[in-house]
Amino acid sequence: MKPIYADLYTWCAIGAVVLASVVGDVLLSRAMKQVGDVHDLLDRRGLWIVVRRVLRNPNFALGVAAMAVAFFSLLFALSWGDVSLVAPAAASLTFIGNAFAAKIFLHEKVDRRRWIAAILVAAGVALLAG
Amino acid sequence: MTLRKYSVLAGVAVFAAAGDSMLSHGMKQAGNIPLHHLHNVILAVINPWVAGGILLLLAFFASYMTALSWADLTYVLPATSLGYVLLALAAKFVLHEDVSPLRWLGIALISAGVGFVAGGDAHTTPHPHKTEDLMEAPVEIESASLTREAEDEPVSSEVEP
Repeated sequence: MKPIYADLYTWCAIGAVVLASVVGDVLLSRAMKQVGDVHDLLDRRGLWIVVRRVLRNPNFALGVAAMAVAFFSLLFALSWGDVSLVAPAAASLTFIGNAFAAKIFLHEKVDRRRWIAAILVAAGVALLAG
Repeated sequence: MTLRKYSVLAGVAVFAAAGDSMLSHGMKQAGNIPLHHLHNVILAVINPWVAGGILLLLAFFASYMTALSWADLTYVLPATSLGYVLLALAAKFVLHEDVSPLRWLGIALISAGVGFVAGGDAHTTPHPHKTEDLMEAPVEIESASLTREAEDEPVSSEVEP
């Protein structure tokens, strides 16, 4: 029989997955904006400089760490809940969370077009990932 | 947007889908790994499917990072979701599995969402001259630091604005 708090634990773990992935995506995005256009850098400076700049960026290291936290939270969530709930819920909520975070922290212009896209993609992923 | 940039976005979707499926196939061959035999994870990497899956996921990460260097997060993310669509299409046409009507609806929704975003600008954040400075300034500094590795640390503090 399922323990009484299993649902609560599952949703807390899903929340942790979403939070950690959003933090990770925002940090990685910020890191790559600081590194600069990779195509441009590759053409002008070569692969070694690109790799060096990415690895030296503190936001990159923090972003990868956040992604690792997201991965282990996902393992926890999967150990408490069904994969048919956890995978689509975590994936689609991450899309919505990222739209908010990109607007607030990265100052991207999330206009109506992008909101509609985020909601459509989140709904579609929820249907496909289950 | 150039053809080169579109192929990076396509790479994000294709590498994610192909990497995940190879990894999943390989881990099913490797069998369950009990917690008290964690070293079996290392043995699993010897499986060519697992190794191939890891390589493809590394390629995914490299394409994702590249795309994020010139496009908004809210522009790149819908492209990653195309991976789910590719997986469902592969299930239908390569593996001849049944794809339920709800899944077809999911495919339609994701494709519509990607279409909505792709029609707009890739990059909306302010692109001030600072970015140009950041690109130009380290050119000299980095080549100098290559010859004098000992002075790396003070150099990197100069790069930070």
